[in-house]
Amino acid sequence: MESTPLIRVQDLTKHFYIPSGFFGRSNIVVKAVDGVSFNIQAGETLGMVGESGCGKSTTGRAVLQLHKPTSGKVFFDGRELTALRHEELRLLRTRFQMVFQDPYASLNPRHSVGAIIAEPLVIHGIMSGNELQDRVTELLELVGLNPAYRNRFPHEFSGGQRQRIMIARALSVKPDFIVCDEPISALDVSIQAQVVNLLQELQEKLGVAYLFIAHDLSMVKHISHRVAVMYLGKVVELAGRNEIFDNPIHPYTQSLTSAVPIPNPKLERRRQRIILKGEPPSPANPPSGCVFHPRCPIAEKICKMEAPEFSEIQPGHFTACHLAHTQIENKIVKDAPIY
Amino acid sequence: MPPILEVKNLVTKFHAIDGVVNAVNGVSFTLEEGETLAIVGESGSGKSVSMMSILGLLPSPPAKVESGQAIFHSEKGAVDLLKLPYEEMSNMRGGRIGFIFQDPGTSLNPILTVGEQITESLTRHLGLDSQQARRRAVDLLAVVGIPDPELRFSAYPFQLSGGMRQRVMIAIAVACSPSMVIADEPTTALDVTIQAQIVSLFKDLRKKMGVSTIWITHDLGLVAGLADRVLVMYAGKVMESAPVDDLYENPQHPYTVGLLGALPRLDTDEERRLVSIEGAPPDSTIPIQHCPFAWRCTRVFERCWQEVPALLDVEKNHQASCFAVRGRGG
Repeated sequence: MESTPLIRVQDLTKHFYIPSGFFGRSNIVVKAVDGVSFNIQAGETLGMVGESGCGKSTTGRAVLQLHKPTSGKVFFDGRELTALRHEELRLLRTRFQMVFQDPYASLNPRHSVGAIIAEPLVIHGIMSGNELQDRVTELLELVGLNPAYRNRFPHEFSGGQRQRIMIARALSVKPDFIVCDEPISALDVSIQAQVVNLLQELQEKLGVAYLFIAHDLSMVKHISHRVAVMYLGKVVELAGRNEIFDNPIHPYTQSLTSAVPIPNPKLERRRQRIILKGEPPSPANPPSGCVFHPRCPIAEKICKMEAPEFSEIQPGHFTACHLAHTQIENKIVKDAPIY
Repeated sequence: MPPILEVKNLVTKFHAIDGVVNAVNGVSFTLEEGETLAIVGESGSGKSVSMMSILGLLPSPPAKVESGQAIFHSEKGAVDLLKLPYEEMSNMRGGRIGFIFQDPGTSLNPILTVGEQITESLTRHLGLDSQQARRRAVDLLAVVGIPDPELRFSAYPFQLSGGMRQRVMIAIAVACSPSMVIADEPTTALDVTIQAQIVSLFKDLRKKMGVSTIWITHDLGLVAGLADRVLVMYAGKVMESAPVDDLYENPQHPYTVGLLGALPRLDTDEERRLVSIEGAPPDSTIPIQHCPFAWRCTRVFERCWQEVPALLDVEKNHQASCFAVRGRGG
């Protein structure tokens, strides 16, 4: 183990209870996040990918205690967030912030941009008066917006500019860690590149760590140092950015990477795709054993019976697959090149 | 053989209360027999509005197709889709021309079963009786890879997942063996593994039926494996048109170059900054009087601010609307 991680997540679960049956007397349990563990180092970006409904956003929110976890522990800089009282947690919130997906729904339309960016500083009583105004100017410049825009309202800005406002708001309290929940999904390609470049520059300048949640694998590979792949509430594979895309071990990761189109026509024509059958099952009624087994092209008997352990199969490369060792020995990965 | 569709100088505007939106500003292209043409562009570039204009699906008012031609060639000869009377256009849609929309959640009728929606076009366009139509609809559901087609025939759209609904949309689009299919971002709402399923289904059908296709998308990655030719749109104009290999290997227009540079790549481990195109697309309520990309262009010079560049050949089969590409004399 290197230095103590900034974030340590241990066996995190978040279950939602949906009333059903006669007068809602019984509950359906949706296991949105079901036993997730990972670390994030200071100044590092951990990418988190998966398809809709796999629990990646819920994980992000549960880490920040925006959803109270059902069980499991989250440590931030050595302090156990899950055990803190409300007031203690509130004070600590200046050190971790969030950037949301939809830049239209997450900015108050009746507040000026200056007020939106200043709000965290006001709430936490960190600054006021001229000092506060200077800080807003500094933040607007930091994210590449004209400080003269401070009196304008969110509707006067484009999607990319709103996402910059959201980043400025998150940065106002000088956090060590930001959860970015699909921050670029709503944006056009040319604008996505602007926002991603900004996030990378800010990390270099300020040393902030990110949990970057997205469904765009190419972008996650681009921005992350390490990547976690989620499927149906579980992390199925976690490794360095090049390792996980060049040598994926879990069959789900393999099919996911093979499904991503590459902007190169000649390569695309040669590519062998692993096309999964069916669709992800509902997290309200997950399959027995390994949750991926009904769609897995190499599933065996054991996969139906027992849930695989999430373990370190090679240094720094974690996966939850019964057949991980056979996968590596058979070099299935090499025989079926992903690109 | 004549091309299946020739669009010439299409102009579509929206007359809103507070101004005129110039959505499509003179778009021309051709779709060859059996070809897949991808139309790529960012939101507001006019790619969907061009296709909706051709299909006659825009509500008027506020929309108005101001000028242009869309010559569609079929066994019955050539017709201008923009001048077709309403009744004939209705026969064309779903008959000779199939279409697939982006959001299968809202483009299927929620109160009709999947079967009713497929048989509707079969009885209308092919004149099948209800028994024949039912048999063909079940076959079609099987062709597009829906398990238990007999059972799903009576299912309502809400009982199906997004991927399944998009398969139903495809079944409706190809039900009457059209000669042309227009697909507007058909996989954008889907997850990447489901997208791969739909794209592979689509390629299969294309091969089997030999149908000519226009595929509208913003995803330059997807286009690489799918299209024969690519049209890049920006601000309601065609910026570049080229065969797919040529476009990726030898992009000419600074906008295309920027777009390709802005894409992160899964096939490289190299760490680099993405190319970002500074600024944002122009306000479409202001009529175009010079190159619409001039504000954001890295190769801009005086002439770009004075006239609108025409879409002209830069190489064989490769056109671009750019003064810089043609050299200052061009």
